[in-house]
Formats: sequence, structure tokens, C-alpha cells
Amino acid sequence: MRNHVAALVVTAAFLSVSIALAQQEKAPASKYNKDALIYAELAKAPQKARAKRNPLEKDPGALSGGRILFEQHCAECHGDLAQGGRKGPSLRAEEVQNAEPGAIFWILTNGVVRRGMPVWSKLPEPQRWQLVIYLKSLGVASGNPALLPSPKAPSNSPTEPPSPHR
Amino acid sequence: MSVPSFRSLLILPFLPLLGFLLPGKVRAQESPYLVAYDHYLEEPGNLEIEYFSTFGTQRGGNDFHAFWTEFEYGATAWWTTEFYLDGQSTLGDSTVFTGFRWENRFRVLKREHFINPVLYVEYENISDADKILKEVEGHDVESDHAIRNAVLRQENKHELEFKLILSGTHKGWNLTQNTIATKNLSNEPWEFGYAIGASRPLALKASAKRCSFCRQNFIAGAEMYGGLGDRHSFGLHDTSHYFAPVVAWNLPSDWTLRLSAGFGLNDNSHRFLLRWGVSREITGFGSMVSRLFRGHR
Repeated sequence: MRNHVAALVVTAAFLSVSIALAQQEKAPASKYNKDALIYAELAKAPQKARAKRNPLEKDPGALSGGRILFEQHCAECHGDLAQGGRKGPSLRAEEVQNAEPGAIFWILTNGVVRRGMPVWSKLPEPQRWQLVIYLKSLGVASGNPALLPSPKAPSNSPTEPPSPHR
Repeated sequence: MSVPSFRSLLILPFLPLLGFLLPGKVRAQESPYLVAYDHYLEEPGNLEIEYFSTFGTQRGGNDFHAFWTEFEYGATAWWTTEFYLDGQSTLGDSTVFTGFRWENRFRVLKREHFINPVLYVEYENISDADKILKEVEGHDVESDHAIRNAVLRQENKHELEFKLILSGTHKGWNLTQNTIATKNLSNEPWEFGYAIGASRPLALKASAKRCSFCRQNFIAGAEMYGGLGDRHSFGLHDTSHYFAPVVAWNLPSDWTLRLSAGFGLNDNSHRFLLRWGVSREITGFGSMVSRLFRGHR
């Protein structure tokens, strides 16, 4: 019986500490503040990471692959048009669109774990670069998501512009 | 402790079918490991429902089919919590529910490094009849499972299990090493075990079209796991070890299938363990639940 109680106390303690820490993630007073904190992470990318060139820059199939990857892994949090969602900030904000491709790649690789953005290094490097290509193709937009212009598709791409999926 | 009846077990294999009832939007990118863990946690707010089977050969007894259902929830980007229900059928014997586990994994570092540590803490309430072989520890050997279920299920264990998961991904290759330490909450010594794994997607670049059979949807690799004895007798002797090629197929329809053929590496090991699993990731599960309680906003 004593063992049961000990096990329950230990697990309850873990649960309490974890929930308490998890609540701290919701500390920012508003979504605007939270988004700003996440955008600020882009500035933390080391110079070496920013300077990285996208090896798939001239790959004609990379954009369409990137769009599919975005729909599969990112749209749930960042919105179908990357305009921002319940959990993730807009990726069409100036802060993201004006960032170096290397900085976006760095964020994808490292996540912003303490603010809810998971690490995406489970996607192989080429797939992360494909995502960067897609994100950069979207362009800056703000305001009502329904009125957002369609992302621009490069002329050498075989794909159609991104659209809300399903 | 009372053990639920055979009838209650029948629901276990069907629990993952709950996935059909819930909407999903994300194709999982799941690792192929069935025993080893890498450092990737469940995405926050997502629930993954998984069903796994292990068919094992048994010398000196009857072959068995052990199975478990797993509910894996991403509480935050650095904390994943899982609940397991275990059972097994031994041929010519019986089918029994063998217990439950509650597992938590915590990512320690906030950025990606060459090696990424994850801490794992699990509480297990299982009977000796448990044969899922989710980990091998201490002096676990094949003959432990040769005893009849009626005898094995009389003994119930309360254990705390700790793992240090060290994992990294480089040029598409994931390499992982898990060190296991388990303490039975009765007065028994600490037991130790290990698992190592390596895996890689068959293609690193995503194809330009949605497809089920594209190479990037398949991740292949191998894992090796076994015991390391206990506090009084540490080492690779008098325990069992396995090597298993593994493969995962991540379908665009949000389902993942896994297959593993494990081979015993010494006389203390089961000769052959065939494992397979099916899982479905439900994105935004946390939001769905919170909407239920808070109403639509």
C-alpha cells in the first residue's frame, strides 16, 4: 500500500510541475505579444545560419513539394494560407518574409520550443529548404485572411498557387 | 489487484479506429522504431492513437501474441505524455489484460544540437504475464515467459522506469541511444537496459505530388535492444538481446504503419519477434477538447 501511495505522489508531483510550467507558456498578455516574441527568435539565428544558401533555390519541383509539406505539417497551426492561426503566428508578416532564408531554415530546425513551436529537424534538410522556398513565395500580407492575395507562383514552377486544402 | 476480464480486452485492437471518427489534417512523420525512442516529441495539442502487436516464438512453452494500445499526447513542445494498455494471448493458454503504463518524455534543451537529450519517466502497473517486450531490462530472459498465464498474472509489479534518450539527426540519418534504469517499488534492486537505433527516410526531398508510395514516405532502419543486468550483477550476461530491422510507412492519409522483425542474439532471447503497428495522428485534439468545454469562440 505504501508503495502505491509513493508512486501516486511521484506521478502527481511530475504532473503538477509539468502543468505549472506549461501554463507559463501562456504568459504573454496577448496574441500580438506572443507573435512578436516568436518573430524575435528569427533575429537570434547565428550569422553562419543566416548566410546559408538554399541548395534547392533553382530546383523547379521544390516549391510544389514545399507547399505539400506546409499543408501537412504547418497549416494546422499557421493557417491554410499561412496567415496565422489559433496557435501559430502569421508567416506572411514582414518579419518572416523579409528574413533571410537561412534564418527561417534555422527556426524550422530548432523550433521555438518554449513558445510552442516544435523542432522540425525530423524533416530532412532538403524538405526544410523546400518549406523555406514555399514560405518565401507567399509574400507579405496582413489583415483579413479571406482577403489575402494568393501567393505568387514562380514562372518556372509546374505547380498551381497554394490554396486552402481539403 | 483485480484483473479485467477477457471481454474487456476485445476493445483494445479497435481503439485506434477512433482515429476514423476524428478529423485529421497532418500526415505524421513518425520514426520506425518500436522499442528505441528518438528525441522527437508529439506536436503540441496532437493526439496519436496507436496499436501494436508482437508475435513471439517461445521455447519450452507456447508462442504468444502480445499487444498494446497507446495514446500519445503532445502537452507542450517539450513534454509528451502517453498512456498504454497492455494485453497478450498465449497460444493454447489464455488471453489476459496485463496492465497499464503512464509515460512522460521531457525535452531538456530548447534548441537542436548534435546530440539531444530527452528525459523519460514512466510508471508501470503490470503483471508478470506482460509480454509486449517494449523494453528489456535486468535479467529478462525467454524462460520468464514459458510459465502459464494463470501463474504469471498472480504477480503484479509497480515500477518506475527512467530513460535517458540521446538522439541526433544528421544528413537524414537518425541515431539514437537509450539508457534504461528501472526500479520496482517493492524492495528489489535497480535494473538496467539499453536500446540503440539508426534510421533514414528512403528519399530526403519531398516529391512535387501527393503520393502514397513515394520513397520519402518510407523510413527504414534497425534497432538493437537488451538488458544490462541489475545493481548487483551489471553487464550483458544472463539477459537477452535483440536485433531488429524496422520500417515505417507514413501515409498521406494520416496513418502510419510500422513493421519490425526481431531476432534473438543469444540463447536467453526469444528466437523471433515479429512486430507491427498502426497509428493515426489527430491534430488539434487539445483545441477540440478545450472547445468542448469552453464553447465556440
